[in-house]
Amino acid sequence: MIAELGHAALWLATALAVLQMVGGALGLRNGNEAIVALTRPAAVVQAFLATLSFLLLLYAFAITDLSIKLVATNSHSMKPFIYKLTGTWGNHEGSMLLWVAVLALSGGLLAGLERRLPEKTMSATLSVQGFVALGFYSFLLLSSNPFERLPVPAGEGSGLNPLLQDIGLAIHPPTLYIGYVGLSVAFSLCMGALITRQVTPDFAKVMRPWVLAAWVFLTFGITAGSYWAYYELGWGGWWFWDPVENASLMPWLAATALLHSVSVLAARDALRTWTIMLGVLAFSMSMLGTFLVRSGVITSVHAFAVDPERGSFILALLGLYIGGALVIFAMRAGYIAEGKRFTATSREGALVFNNVMLSAILAIVLLGTLYPVFTEVFDVRVSVGPPYFNPASAIFAIPMFMVMAVGPLLRWKDDKPARIQFEVLLLASIAITVIALVAFFGSYDILPLLGLAFAAALGVASLLPLRGRKLSRVPTATWGMVMAHFGVAVALFGMASESAFTSERLAAVSSGGQEQVGEWTIELQSVDPIAGPNWTAIEARIIATRGDGDGVLLTPQARNFWAPTQATSESALLTTWDGQLYAVIGDQAGVDANGNPRWQLRVWWKPFVTFIWYGGLMIAFGGILSIIGRLQVDLKRRSVTKRGNQRREDAAALAGGTAPEPAE
Amino acid sequence: MRLIYLIPLALFLFFAGVAGYQLTQPKDVNIPSQMIERELPDFALEPALEGMPGASRADFIGGKPKLLNIWASWCVPCIAEAPHLERLRQEGVEIIGVAVRDRPEAVEGFLARYGNPYTRIGADDISELMLEIGASGVPETYVIDAAGNIRYQHIGDIRENHVEMLLEKLEEAA
Repeated sequence: MIAELGHAALWLATALAVLQMVGGALGLRNGNEAIVALTRPAAVVQAFLATLSFLLLLYAFAITDLSIKLVATNSHSMKPFIYKLTGTWGNHEGSMLLWVAVLALSGGLLAGLERRLPEKTMSATLSVQGFVALGFYSFLLLSSNPFERLPVPAGEGSGLNPLLQDIGLAIHPPTLYIGYVGLSVAFSLCMGALITRQVTPDFAKVMRPWVLAAWVFLTFGITAGSYWAYYELGWGGWWFWDPVENASLMPWLAATALLHSVSVLAARDALRTWTIMLGVLAFSMSMLGTFLVRSGVITSVHAFAVDPERGSFILALLGLYIGGALVIFAMRAGYIAEGKRFTATSREGALVFNNVMLSAILAIVLLGTLYPVFTEVFDVRVSVGPPYFNPASAIFAIPMFMVMAVGPLLRWKDDKPARIQFEVLLLASIAITVIALVAFFGSYDILPLLGLAFAAALGVASLLPLRGRKLSRVPTATWGMVMAHFGVAVALFGMASESAFTSERLAAVSSGGQEQVGEWTIELQSVDPIAGPNWTAIEARIIATRGDGDGVLLTPQARNFWAPTQATSESALLTTWDGQLYAVIGDQAGVDANGNPRWQLRVWWKPFVTFIWYGGLMIAFGGILSIIGRLQVDLKRRSVTKRGNQRREDAAALAGGTAPEPAE
Repeated sequence: MRLIYLIPLALFLFFAGVAGYQLTQPKDVNIPSQMIERELPDFALEPALEGMPGASRADFIGGKPKLLNIWASWCVPCIAEAPHLERLRQEGVEIIGVAVRDRPEAVEGFLARYGNPYTRIGADDISELMLEIGASGVPETYVIDAAGNIRYQHIGDIRENHVEMLLEKLEEAA
């Protein structure tokens, strides 16, 4: 029954998406009022139905209902409960259902709460949102039905990819999805505004919290994903430029640019077409990511079920939405006046510059990710990796960090560079001091060196907007910006330290053997077999000692799962305030002179590596502060207008007349 | 309409064209195993239960090609493959087993319940052999020729439709 109910809810939601699409379109043409009036409720009920459908699938996974094909192929009765739940979205169909549930939820929220937009723009927006939802519902129902029954219930499930049996995977995909889908709302809003030619600061104010929220979730998702890959895959790196990683980075880059550009539009009524273009681009990147990950066009270390039929479906959706949006953009963009003017040396000028740099980095990542697809047309198989991505993105990241440091110090519209002379000199001397110090104590590669210098300068620069202000009176949104920019400095410091100072040791060690890694002494005590609920493993007991300090026990494992059979490496991490010790146990490597087995042991000492993720969290937290700040301002304004209206009504009542129209 | 606003559309159409073309191209999904044509590493394992011999590299040398089956009594797919191993034995294939991280009484119980197709069973208490020949889990089955070379690796349980294929691989290895 559960499967049928979930399936039916999905079909009903689809029908409502059609209604929302048609009703919204009619709203543009003063069509049938009754149908137009139904669009908002249609979106809200649709949100309820799609969520219900997802919850039912979650329940089917929780009770391991093996009569459902998806559960049987992705779960197992002996799997730990939490991973039964996360298994719901650890596969193509379930994750697509989660995707449409979030899409419908955000559509419902928009329809239910947003009252500031002109009615026509809202109609167009809801129509586009319905259209987008319809495509994904069709995708689910026609090509990846999560509720398909097996003719005969399976006796046992075939398990879940062990790499996905991890708490990191419980949070990482849903957060990213909320981010991706939040961008769909920004996309619909942009299309709505473009169709009705209402690209105004008010529209930007409506769109800003959606972009901010989507961006916060993307930031958090990428940070969590990076940390997950770091400790779970056991290769000691935190970013690999893998197509699947890039698929989440590209929308983030576009959303970061959009976030800044929408703020300029809201505050200064400038950058109208650019903001619309970024809105289309950000959602395009979300969809492109989905396409790359699920179509099998690109092979990645992430083992996703890939299928050309599904790939064609997503490509068709891409063509419909992105192609359609770009056609409308080409037709309408010329009719949108560019808005207010500003000079190059102004806050807007700095933001535009960084927007362009972010877009350039996006282009670099996009090109590197798609390059193998293009060359394969000529039967050339290449893989593009860090040697391309690192320097190519650095070319644009370096000027971006420079402008990012001084941009917030500039005034809106027009400013004299001489006014911030002192700050620029201060920051430059900080950067040069750091370069000199680091280069004096050791020679490092140019990129990490620059990274350390910029991190220091940017850290100070991000605090400068607070200088000379009464801290209790600084708006929350400004705190958000300060926090996010400081987070960038912290993350940059972590990345640069990790690549400049990491020491690594790969050795074959027998019990009792010692190795030296950085300031640490590592002693292998023993290697023993152990067993878990659905895996067996060998576990090494390692004592790590730093200087004269106490030894700390590390227990890395090499696990073998048997449903399905797969080997994974459980690294052991020791976190201190100034870095992480990272240990991985590998295969047995022969025997030593006394006939005792020797084990491959790989240990890294990574100074300040954790700052990468602390920085990521600070950036996301800065975004949250910004949202809170904007909401505070909105609420205050609303209560001020309300009080004003009340006073006018009171005055009118006293005068014995009727109240004038309330000003909104 | 200004031409500059058409650039994004043109770029997108180019991408969609290439991606669409790629989707229609057949994909080569076969990843040849790393273990094929490599020599079986030298090993000698204690018997996994009393009354049956253990297993070593020497047991594979000479005679006909043999199967090396890595399994465990605690492994659910190993139950599923038991009847198919039995069929292979009836076809005259010599199967040497390696029980991974197992206890003698559990091995005995498993064989009593699901049949014993093995001529020898070695005890791999610390997954020593398993790791050395690159097995990613249990069960896994290897075709070993008379010179002690690994000729084929079968990952996962042996199903009914794999029996013929394994017989062919054994034939090829002769």
